[in-house]
Amino acid sequence: MSFYGVELSSRLLLGTARYPSPAILSEAIKASGAEVVTVSLRRESGTDRAGQSFWSLVRALGLRVLPNTAGCHSVKEAVTTAHMARELFDTTWIKLEVIGESDTLQPDVFGLVEAARILSEDGFEVFPYTTEDLVVADRLVEAGCRVLMPWGAPIGSARGLNNLYGLKSLRAHFPDIPLVVDAGLGVPSHAAAAMELGYDAVLLNTAVAEAGDPVAMARAFALAVEAGRAAHLARPLEPRDMAAPSTPVIGKAALGD
Amino acid sequence: MRIFLNDDAHDVEAGTLAAALEVLGYGGRKIATALNGRFVAAPARPATTLSEGDRVEVVAPMQGG
Repeated sequence: MSFYGVELSSRLLLGTARYPSPAILSEAIKASGAEVVTVSLRRESGTDRAGQSFWSLVRALGLRVLPNTAGCHSVKEAVTTAHMARELFDTTWIKLEVIGESDTLQPDVFGLVEAARILSEDGFEVFPYTTEDLVVADRLVEAGCRVLMPWGAPIGSARGLNNLYGLKSLRAHFPDIPLVVDAGLGVPSHAAAAMELGYDAVLLNTAVAEAGDPVAMARAFALAVEAGRAAHLARPLEPRDMAAPSTPVIGKAALGD
Repeated sequence: MRIFLNDDAHDVEAGTLAAALEVLGYGGRKIATALNGRFVAAPARPATTLSEGDRVEVVAPMQGG
């Protein structure tokens, strides 16, 4: 699997927020096997060094970072944040979020497409956090995106894949674009389901960070992603309406009246 | 001269963004900056002059999902 020409072996991308401690964050990342972690940027005062110590921790892990524009509600805000992130993290990758609605954190897909175009033209490699809408996805690809990240469900909701049909359609419509289910996963079976649909990867954060044991949950998600991918490659059965006996009936002993 | 850094008012001597950041404790730190909503790249800070009432944003790496 590759994103913008970068080959990766892990299909699990992990967020770095909301862990009980930096040590648990570090252990959870290792247990997940993730090669890409998402990061963000926030105001820092002249005396506060929280950002500097977080950065030291991430650097020590030696992973690729995917900065986000979390919390941005306008194109201008997202574009400026992306520029700051590019300089701060020394990467052209940007997880582009333009939030349109505060309760569901649903993407503002109109602003998203506009910001994706501006940033792609400026040399960014954009990972748009979007919905499963096919037309929006088409516009994002036209705007220069070579990865799409539809939501499974609202961020942090742990609801899993809310629209299986929509996600399946998106996969069928874009066979050659890397697709990542981003947001809304709660348990490893959700991740496995996304991978069984043929998605290239999943991105999650809260499901691991706020689990009772984040390190064990990171490992569980890694196993689920691997299982789901293997199942996809093994070509799963399609569901059907009627039963189909698994045991052959030919040659069954005639024991009735 | 009064500027606003991350919404907090600071009185600094007239000068550049780079100089103000140094005075306010950001020297040598991994940060990114914006002035009045526009990104200012690190190499441009020494040549960026501040004016009364300017709004400076200073951000650093943080955990994110």
